[in-house]
Amino acid sequence: MSVLNVNNIICRHGLMTALRGVSLEIHAGEVLCVIGANGAGKTTLMRALAGAHIPDAGQILFQGRDITRQNAHTRVRGGIAMSPEGRRLFADMTVRENLMIAGENGQNGDWTLDRVLTAFPQLVPLIDKQAGGLSGGQRQAAAIGRALMANPDVLLLDEVSLGLSPAAVEGVYASLAEIRDTRVMAMVIVEQDLSRSLAFADRILCMAEGEIKLAGSPADFTKDQITDAYFGIQNEAPADV
Amino acid sequence: MFEQLLQAILQGALLGGYYAIIAAGLSLMFGVVRFINLAHGDLSILGALITLSLVQILGLPVLAAIAVMLPLMAVIGWLMHMFLFERAMKGGFLLPILVTIGLGAALQNGMFGIWGSDTRSLGASIGSLAWSSWYLPGGIILGKLPVLIFGTAVIVIGALHLMLKRTGLGRAIRATASDPEAAELCGVDARQVHRAAAAIAVGLAAIAGVFLAMRAQITPYSGPAQLIFAFEAVVIGGIGSLGGTLIGGIILGLSQTLGGLISAQMSLLSGHLVFLGVLIWRICREEKLAHGGWRAGLKAVLGLSSKRRKLASGDLS
Repeated sequence: MSVLNVNNIICRHGLMTALRGVSLEIHAGEVLCVIGANGAGKTTLMRALAGAHIPDAGQILFQGRDITRQNAHTRVRGGIAMSPEGRRLFADMTVRENLMIAGENGQNGDWTLDRVLTAFPQLVPLIDKQAGGLSGGQRQAAAIGRALMANPDVLLLDEVSLGLSPAAVEGVYASLAEIRDTRVMAMVIVEQDLSRSLAFADRILCMAEGEIKLAGSPADFTKDQITDAYFGIQNEAPADV
Repeated sequence: MFEQLLQAILQGALLGGYYAIIAAGLSLMFGVVRFINLAHGDLSILGALITLSLVQILGLPVLAAIAVMLPLMAVIGWLMHMFLFERAMKGGFLLPILVTIGLGAALQNGMFGIWGSDTRSLGASIGSLAWSSWYLPGGIILGKLPVLIFGTAVIVIGALHLMLKRTGLGRAIRATASDPEAAELCGVDARQVHRAAAAIAVGLAAIAGVFLAMRAQITPYSGPAQLIFAFEAVVIGGIGSLGGTLIGGIILGLSQTLGGLISAQMSLLSGHLVFLGVLIWRICREEKLAHGGWRAGLKAVLGLSSKRRKLASGDLS
């Protein structure tokens, strides 16, 4: 059963159209990885799903309800939480306070402070430290933990491995794999690392120039097909000269 | 002479409590909402005049009148933010300034229309508190009212600090101040938080107004002067810091009473001078940090930097 339906949404930033009629469907408990080059519209798609960018046209349905015009905080309370690009932690507040805010304002559920700390053990010694002083990997863990504290049905993770050391990426994905394997929460992950997306996701979605170029199970495509879609190369028959 | 000095220092520090209360609201609004409310002083006078009417016309005890007035003012703050400030903020940085100047003028003249231009005071309604004092060893005289005002300031600012640190609303306020969109993505309704901050800020202004009416005479046009004192205390103490407003208020109060020792006219002037001094020092320190040293920083402030002059004249060959 699909938990999130996106029908033909169009998002503009001023005169620039970032999403040109994107449609997709996310099933409960599945992991969808969104890949694509810079400027492909991945972050705009995530922001549209989270309610931080209201689409100019199209429709978003969450559990069958139309949430196209709903603002971000109402969506969090309804069950869609996002860890945004750049983490956006509250730098002058402690990690504990960062986590508590989402816990206090999100849905009720079994993701508590203790459970987040079990999932991300690297946060335990940092819990009362200011979030501004954390390293990249720690900030990412705290940001994902913060989104989890809202107990979402759909977890949106933008740019998971961007700016992280390989070891930190490994740590974050180990925690995410445990969450994935419970099959309770649907995840939409924007990931630049192609091989990691292919290994981690149930389905991938490749975007270029604001459109979905490729969507399906990683096993359905060859690496070349994905690379072509990634760079927006159309496989047209060569024109006669 | 020494006694006089000590007396002035004590009075100044106590006066700082009053400035801190009125400055705390301004600081909260700026720190959380990034909104400068130039009608802050007029709102504090409105709170005082409402209290005065409740006491003098309805015959309520002063404390009961304050208890009625405070929620009313908080609601006014909430509604003002909802219907006025939020819209003004969408129009760029200039519009909030124009809107709150206009609001201030409307408040002053509205209060003039209702209450007239007579000077009024709550002094007569608070019995001996208005004039009685404690006599300390060494000939020091401490007015009971200034001590009460200072004590209230410490309690109010301390309570506000605890609220911000310990409660869910406080965390939501701080998160919104730090990054409104990220707060929204955590489920915080940033608009409601801003309205709550406006309600608290207007409530603080009203408390300050009541204290002003207790220790002095007020008219519907007393607001702008209070706004200036509030601004000075905020700038001296550091914008957006609650503890800073208390320190800023005390420094402003001290400058005024110590200036008053020199001559009566020097009292207000010396407060303004200290404010200007701190402002210039802050600007210089920014430049010092940006340029890596006092010499380079001061040069930049005074426009002596040759590169900047060349930039200004467009000659960079």
